[in-house]
Amino acid sequence: MSSAATLQHADVNDAHHEHHHHETFISKYVFSQDHKMIAKQFLVTGIIWAIIGGLFSVIFRFQLGYPDSTFPWLEDLLGHWAAGGKLKPEFYYALVTMHGTILVFFVLTAGLSGTFANFLIPLQVGARDMASPMLNMLSYWFFFLSSIIMFSSLFVQTGPASGGWTIYPPLSALGDASSGAKIGMDLWLVSMAMFIVSALLGGLNYITTILNMRTKGMSMTRLPLTIWSLFFTAVLGVLSFPVLLSGAILLLFDRNLGTSFFLSDIVIAGKILPNEGGSAILFQHLFWFLGHPEVYIILLPAMGMSSEIISVNSRKPIFGYMAMVGSVFAISILAFLVWAHHMFVTGLNPFLGSAFVLLTLLIAIPSAIKVFNWLTTLWRANIRFTPGMLFAIGFVSLFISGGLTGIFLGNSALDLHLHDTYFVVAHFHIVMGVASFFGMFAGVYHWFPKMFGRYLNNTLAFIHFWITIIGAYLIFWPMHYEGLAGMPRRYYDYSGWTSFNMFNGLNEFISLVAMIVFAAQLLFVFNFFYSMFRGRKVTETNPWGSNTLEWTTPIKPGHGNWPGEIPEVFRGPYDYAKDGKEFIPQNVPVGDDESKGH
Amino acid sequence: MPTNTKWWNGGRSPFNISYGKVMMWYFLMSDAFTFGAFLISYGTIRFSVNHWADPNHVFNAFPFAGHANLPLVFVSLMTFILIFSSVTMVLAVHEGHKMNRKGVEKYMILTILGGLAFLGCQAWEWTHMITGDHAVLVNGQIEHWGTTVTRNPWGVEVMHNGAMVATPGPIAFGGYFFGITGFHGFHVFSGVIINVTMLIKTRLGHFDQRGHYEMIEKAGLYWHFVDLVWVFVFLCFYLV
Repeated sequence: MSSAATLQHADVNDAHHEHHHHETFISKYVFSQDHKMIAKQFLVTGIIWAIIGGLFSVIFRFQLGYPDSTFPWLEDLLGHWAAGGKLKPEFYYALVTMHGTILVFFVLTAGLSGTFANFLIPLQVGARDMASPMLNMLSYWFFFLSSIIMFSSLFVQTGPASGGWTIYPPLSALGDASSGAKIGMDLWLVSMAMFIVSALLGGLNYITTILNMRTKGMSMTRLPLTIWSLFFTAVLGVLSFPVLLSGAILLLFDRNLGTSFFLSDIVIAGKILPNEGGSAILFQHLFWFLGHPEVYIILLPAMGMSSEIISVNSRKPIFGYMAMVGSVFAISILAFLVWAHHMFVTGLNPFLGSAFVLLTLLIAIPSAIKVFNWLTTLWRANIRFTPGMLFAIGFVSLFISGGLTGIFLGNSALDLHLHDTYFVVAHFHIVMGVASFFGMFAGVYHWFPKMFGRYLNNTLAFIHFWITIIGAYLIFWPMHYEGLAGMPRRYYDYSGWTSFNMFNGLNEFISLVAMIVFAAQLLFVFNFFYSMFRGRKVTETNPWGSNTLEWTTPIKPGHGNWPGEIPEVFRGPYDYAKDGKEFIPQNVPVGDDESKGH
Repeated sequence: MPTNTKWWNGGRSPFNISYGKVMMWYFLMSDAFTFGAFLISYGTIRFSVNHWADPNHVFNAFPFAGHANLPLVFVSLMTFILIFSSVTMVLAVHEGHKMNRKGVEKYMILTILGGLAFLGCQAWEWTHMITGDHAVLVNGQIEHWGTTVTRNPWGVEVMHNGAMVATPGPIAFGGYFFGITGFHGFHVFSGVIINVTMLIKTRLGHFDQRGHYEMIEKAGLYWHFVDLVWVFVFLCFYLV
């Protein structure tokens, strides 16, 4: 019985001794097994992807905002994809597809979970490193391999995948369907298989570390909410990504071996294909069984970090800790039971549809619990408006605005009208895209001092925040109206419909704001890399006056995190404004503060 | 007694097992979802078509038995081999608990042989199916087909020139059969590689130095899982 406990301690001690080893450049910065370095690798790779993915959206917004104009510099930039200064329809679709793929998977899954789960889990649960630093390193390198494959698909002659980030067959299954359905699509699938391996290795590590490696006294109910949300994120990933893997494998077979899993009765270019008996709808089920939990894989880490940052900077305990944990748990369960709400218009049985409506609308309950808990935490608090705090509050704002439109879309009756319109684009960009970005920014601003031992520049951060939040609303709020008027998404050119002409000015306006917001993100990128080397140095171990364990490490912790013993935990993470003290860190014994304090 | 004796209070594994085993269990859950997705897809398609191949006809061959009609005998042998290799795996883990290196080596070798035998059987079965020739009525002509991912000679039988002859069946049959048994076979293959690695590490005395044979247990978890998946594959493709 005691052998297992001994095993765990042996591993902890191994990690402890590792930081005495001589480290070369390669072992410290490249093939590092230190969770903090792996987190930074994920973050920097994520930032690079975010710039690429964001730039793609700016380029296709040129087409949407100025459908009648030509931009000769586009031809200089993109070559034959923009011959004559006008984006080709094929490449427009490729850009839209890659924008979605990059942002959903490479930035907001790997870049967000990969960064903060790696960085915060060992530090906040009180562990020397992840359960398996080796698998953790492999997780990054599989992500890197996946990134390389996806990146190279941008340069193949027929272009990258262009069937939408949801890669529905038959468009994605037949090489003749479009130029982007050729080798670009195969590369997409292979890249995603590597990505799934990476997500699996990472997720297994996160779950195991949280369960097995908590320090003495760190019971599950003393875990910071960041850790709870990263835990459920990992569970969602470990259980839903394999289903996408199944779908991707079957799709690869359909593409390359002549099977008919997703194909049936298809005529292409006047030729009847021999495929029969497959079901394209089946793919949608497999895809959305991942696709919906994926939304929460993106959202939950942002929720957890915002909870933590809001509590720290309100100098108040988070309102309803157990309700917060319970609602994340409820969201995680429901995440697996609502996937068909993406498929109301596929001819889904209406009775089944109403079951999915009910389950979808149930998500409003735990979501509302979370929102009210954030608001009540902020209520009458001594708020410190640090950049991290602003982005965390911005997250709450966006989650409310985007969440409310989710109630519209969750109703199958309304969804028949709104499906595949700009209403949907507005909804998921606000609630999942921009909101999670805000969670990520909040996390970066808040934990940057711990990551690099320096602060980000506050002035640039405030400019970044205000342009981004105002810009995000200016971009996506008008899209609701376009969607209500029936304007479909994924169209290259709307000028053929006189009914949408009234939106010409609006589309131009949206494109203009998108460019400004993108430029503001470059401000952040500059701030990030400049402050990494030249930022103001952190001089105190706990600059935010926070209770969690990461701030008990030295300003620049080595591999192993704590130079001496791992601190023992005696209390929950949210003892703010308690016993006459502003904050009481988790490693302060109960009773000590009363006797020695004041 | 220290205050910290509760399972979930930190400083220990709440399940009293090492991180490696926790990780293996979660990996197996994840892998179960992959197979689950495959089998549910298979079920969806199978029950949406009117006619499906009768396993008693498709799987009635046995090596060196000529045209003898032996429904499901060969696959029963395969299943027996795989389940038996699980038994030897259990014995290897047991010997590991006793720190008996020789015993672990013996049973690991038997387990590896079981895995290789299973893969050999599968190779024979696949070859037999793909290269088989069955009379099929296609556009009024008799053709001779094997079972592949694009051809299924096991469709509805019709009367043709006074004899019953099969028509082409749903091609999903071959796709799912080769896809799922292939994916399972790939898992068996990976398991054999893992077991060979474990055998080498046992031979080199790594586990004796480490003081425990937990790696054998983890390999065992994976191996039993692969066997369990086979039971479902067997049920879905051969029995139903």
